[in-house]
Amino acid sequence: MTLVSAASGLRRAWRNFEHGWHRITVAPSEPLEHLGAIAGLLLLLLLATGSYLFVVFDTSVSGAWQSIDQLARTGTFPGGWLRSLHRYAADGLLLVTLLHLLREFMLGRYTHFRRATWWTGVPLLLLVYLSAIGGFWLNWDQLGQYSALASAELIDALPLLGATLTRNFVAVHAVSDRLFSLLIFIHLGVPLLLLFGLWFHLQRIHLPQVLPPRALTVGVIATLGLLAAAAPIASQAPADLARVPTALHYDWILLHLHPLAEAFSPATVWLLIATVLLVLLLLPLRHGVVAPVAVVDADFCNGCRRCVDDCPYSAITLVAHPNAKAGRQLAVVAASRCAGCGICAGACPSAMPFRRVATLATGIDLPQRRIGALRQRLRQALVPGSHKIVVFGCDHGAAVAALTAADVVSFSLLCSAQLPPSFIDYALRIGALGVVISSCTEGACEFRLGARWTSQRLGATREPRLRTHGPAPHYQLVFADGGDEPALVAAIAGLRQRATMRALP
Amino acid sequence: MLYAAFAATLAVFSHWPNYQHLAPDRAVIKVSFTHQGQRLGDCTVQTPAELAKLPPNMRAPTRCPRERAPVSVELDLDGVLVLRQTALPSGLSRDGAAAVYQRIEVAAGQHRIAVRLKDDAHSVGFNYHREAVVTLRPAEILVIDFDPAHHQITLQ
Repeated sequence: MTLVSAASGLRRAWRNFEHGWHRITVAPSEPLEHLGAIAGLLLLLLLATGSYLFVVFDTSVSGAWQSIDQLARTGTFPGGWLRSLHRYAADGLLLVTLLHLLREFMLGRYTHFRRATWWTGVPLLLLVYLSAIGGFWLNWDQLGQYSALASAELIDALPLLGATLTRNFVAVHAVSDRLFSLLIFIHLGVPLLLLFGLWFHLQRIHLPQVLPPRALTVGVIATLGLLAAAAPIASQAPADLARVPTALHYDWILLHLHPLAEAFSPATVWLLIATVLLVLLLLPLRHGVVAPVAVVDADFCNGCRRCVDDCPYSAITLVAHPNAKAGRQLAVVAASRCAGCGICAGACPSAMPFRRVATLATGIDLPQRRIGALRQRLRQALVPGSHKIVVFGCDHGAAVAALTAADVVSFSLLCSAQLPPSFIDYALRIGALGVVISSCTEGACEFRLGARWTSQRLGATREPRLRTHGPAPHYQLVFADGGDEPALVAAIAGLRQRATMRALP
Repeated sequence: MLYAAFAATLAVFSHWPNYQHLAPDRAVIKVSFTHQGQRLGDCTVQTPAELAKLPPNMRAPTRCPRERAPVSVELDLDGVLVLRQTALPSGLSRDGAAAVYQRIEVAAGQHRIAVRLKDDAHSVGFNYHREAVVTLRPAEILVIDFDPAHHQITLQ
């Protein structure tokens, strides 16, 4: 089995899993489709609650434990509650980040135009671990003592460093107030570095979703808030370097590396970390089938900027038009960033099927699935008197090809947003009984923004707007992922029935 | 239900199960020190001719090689050798301190320990010795260190 077929097998399996998941969950917004945004929300929660903890934290050996422990002892709200929220948000951040990584891996979203986003995301995982583990040291309870020493042992196992970091924790007199200033500097500095890294991570994402939809945001905050109130986090006994912490209430989510190093060896853990990182960083070098990228035709591009605004991966920029008067611009496609999704072609004002030209050439188009060819196929299918229902679908969503019948003609596009909305009006004008537009659900869209743009264009809230002169029941937008074909069959049946009703005297 | 599952995962695995880092009837001996070994070569007095060849700011009367000896340590516990380690000096020129850190779990109770340390490549046998009978309570840590100011092995 080749790597490519293995990757597509994983992708199919994950799609099936998500499809089944959607059926059993009744969440208003699908969390699986917003994992990155949930991680962003949790990071924001950590920064907010961490700011409070920073104000009350005493950066001294004698005061560190007391200042945090007091939060829980003097009442749970707001100090103890915020402290608990901080911890649970950290636990959640790591879990959600790992899930986000797993989902993107399973969906094969790490090659070609997504390579830079993947590469800039992997180091963020390390920073999440580092910030989370560093937080335990500051409490300076027995768990913090154990974690600090275990971390020092792990770092000292690296060649060239020597066993010097552990010396900071071998005896009571070895720990100084200055060390705590350094630890808090690390615990503040690493998350700031994480934010900076996040900026890089999102550079090639147009309109990145840094926070989840409102319902999900409220749900996550309420869940963590209730959890913090119901099961508040309490400090363990204060650190005592003359004694070994024995039985610990252990945070397995964030501190699982320490017992792993104990059970095997620090070198084994480093080897594991290095292997995982190496595999993750080498993954994008896998060569799969590269989709042809969008091509600009300077004769038809008027520099309107719609493709720039709609491109999900910021692959299109505008430059001065070489063959036109001053001020006019021309779209330029960065091949390494282009997903070949065709959303730009769907946004192009020149992709207008009503134009009286033999060959419909557009300002920007996809060589493998040209807009002009779509018009030609549509014309061939809708010969006068055929009275067919036209279905426009997406290669990555519900399989529309299987719906083709005597009175149904289907066209699968690279993405539903590749369809210029004027094609709906055009199909109806040249004899279609009705038009079904099948789009993936927003979170499942292979190219992030395709479903959203399709919905907004058809809802006439985004250019190019759909302008139909007939009544709306002549067409229907259906959100259907793979496996949702029955929804399309129902939509076709509905359109057919309405057409029959219209035909009645 | 989904939120409840998320909350339950966080609530459970951020506290449970307890981690037994050390068995209740055990104690720990840590051998931890950073110590510079003696220089490997002897210092030599430079002749006036040699000094004249050097820039004025580098005309030190004696010249000492930088490289230092590795530091070896041995620990006997109740007459049984439990640790033997030789640490190389740090630094590219091997002129820094040698560092040793070892954590040894032992049964709580009374133990006779003997520590030997060697930091001179020219001497035969160990330069420093320390023997003691210690009583370790459960979970107690005994740190075996080296005090360079007083040139002695310490037990803390």
